Amino acid sequence: MAIDAATVRKVARLARLAQPEETLEETARQLSGIIDWIEQLAEVDTDGVEPMTSAVAVTLPMRDDVVTEGGDADRVLANAPKRVGDFFVVPKVVE
Amino acid sequence: MSSLTSLTLKAALDGLAAKTFSAEELTRAHVGAIEAARALNAFVLETPDKAIEMAKASDARRAAGDAGPLDGAPLGIKDLFCTEGVEATAGSKILKGFKPPYESTVTANLWRDGAVMLGKLNMDEFAMGSSNETSAFGPVINPWRAEGANTALTPGGSSGGSAAAVAAELCLGATATDTGGSIRQPAAFTGTVGIKPTYGRVSRWGVVAFASSLDQAGPMARTVEDAAILLTSMSGHDPKDSTSLPVAVPDFASFVGKSVKGLRIGVPKEYRVDGMPEEIETLWEQGIAWLKEAGCEIVEVSLPHTKYALPAYYIVAPAEASSNLARYDGMRYGLRVEGANLTETYEKTRAEGFGAEVRRRIMIGAYVLSAGYYDAYYVKALKVRRRIADDFEQAFEKVDALLTPTAPSAAFALGENADDPVAMYLNDIFTVTVNLAGLPGMSIPAGVDAKGLPLGLQLIGRPLDEGTLFSLGGALEKAADFRAKPTKWW
Repeated sequence: MAIDAATVRKVARLARLAQPEETLEETARQLSGIIDWIEQLAEVDTDGVEPMTSAVAVTLPMRDDVVTEGGDADRVLANAPKRVGDFFVVPKVVE
Repeated sequence: MSSLTSLTLKAALDGLAAKTFSAEELTRAHVGAIEAARALNAFVLETPDKAIEMAKASDARRAAGDAGPLDGAPLGIKDLFCTEGVEATAGSKILKGFKPPYESTVTANLWRDGAVMLGKLNMDEFAMGSSNETSAFGPVINPWRAEGANTALTPGGSSGGSAAAVAAELCLGATATDTGGSIRQPAAFTGTVGIKPTYGRVSRWGVVAFASSLDQAGPMARTVEDAAILLTSMSGHDPKDSTSLPVAVPDFASFVGKSVKGLRIGVPKEYRVDGMPEEIETLWEQGIAWLKEAGCEIVEVSLPHTKYALPAYYIVAPAEASSNLARYDGMRYGLRVEGANLTETYEKTRAEGFGAEVRRRIMIGAYVLSAGYYDAYYVKALKVRRRIADDFEQAFEKVDALLTPTAPSAAFALGENADDPVAMYLNDIFTVTVNLAGLPGMSIPAGVDAKGLPLGLQLIGRPLDEGTLFSLGGALEKAADFRAKPTKWW
């Protein structure tokens, strides 16, 4: 198996997904099935091949560095789960 | 008024122009059809009041001599597109209650041209799925059933709601998106036409992101011409999407009906896969024969890296998804599940808000991007992606378009592939190559299998050459003369 329970725990932590201990083995089995299938890419000769990072070969355009929108806190905050004044309320970050 | 829902988009626009019926009458007929078709679960949100209001405004514009190219046409919108003030879910619980304060460019273009919004269409969660079973709101049911059977079939995915709504005549056309086949496979499963345009043809702004280098929006409709009319309206350069191409939009409908005589059509030998049903092989041969009769020259071509497209896709797409979906942290919108501290709040919110398939793909993405695996998996996949794109580039030196089947089977039963992610992923074997290479691809209903279920053929074109696909699609549509419709059971 490409992925064991410890790796699942680590990756879940990286991805900020709560992963109950009792699901680690089953998740490891599922993810390994996918990764094992992906391993066939090793067969492809990619020596000297430039990685393809964009679907079309265009240079990203530049625009003037000016404010185009803003000053509308109510719209920005309209969907906030918690709000006080013009601020999002989040759990305490620094003890 | 039920006959109004059976019209093609083109016929409906002609009827509106001739004042045979009003936009309000046309819209009310569709609103009624949607209410009567809730068993299909195609809509996650019906917006009848908004629809009637937009239809009345359309009638007023037409009366004033100010009608746009889509004026009064009732459409369904995949719930991946943000529409201002209307709840958007992306098929997920994590966006619970989210009402976008902005409008996606695609839908803004449609409203600019006068279209009417009927509601938001069900889909696989964050467009991750090939059967609609990953939707947090339950799967869409395909209006088609096998002859003599009552088994509920998948409409395909991820744009299953769009496909089912178009096939069941609940709307004249629908928006959809395609990251690995999510327009074309559902089109094939429901006997509808779907086109994924060239990457960059349509703005991604305001469309909930899955895998940004692969995502592209397009229309689903009941005819090639209808799809062309919709794509013309949806397309165009948008400064708000830096990957949107600054190119002119042709009138795509003008390509439908054009002669295809002399066009060279490539048939990729690698698309003859083991275990493909004979009916699909036969349909493909039939498609080749139709295009020959229409004056095309058939050329066998080779796309040697085809078999590596799906595994490469299942690195690239989850990697991009894990990055894109990092934004769902419960802080600024959508679901928040409180934990003891910030990290626990993130972890609980995301574990509860995302479904199993989305969590699986985020995990795969985080894994292939993590230290020690990045080069072995992610960079390797990007190199294989280049190989796949090069295959197409070489083929297009010899041919003008390619013809393949759209999907390796007809619509399957809901639940059939649910326990095996890789088996489910194989649905996209013929479509995913096109996303990796950024090319346009179109599915056209071309026949039915022994059980009476629709099958589709796929046309693949050069970058920005959707026009040729519409000409070829029109030729195939004419030759196939596909008139089968699902028998109404809902």
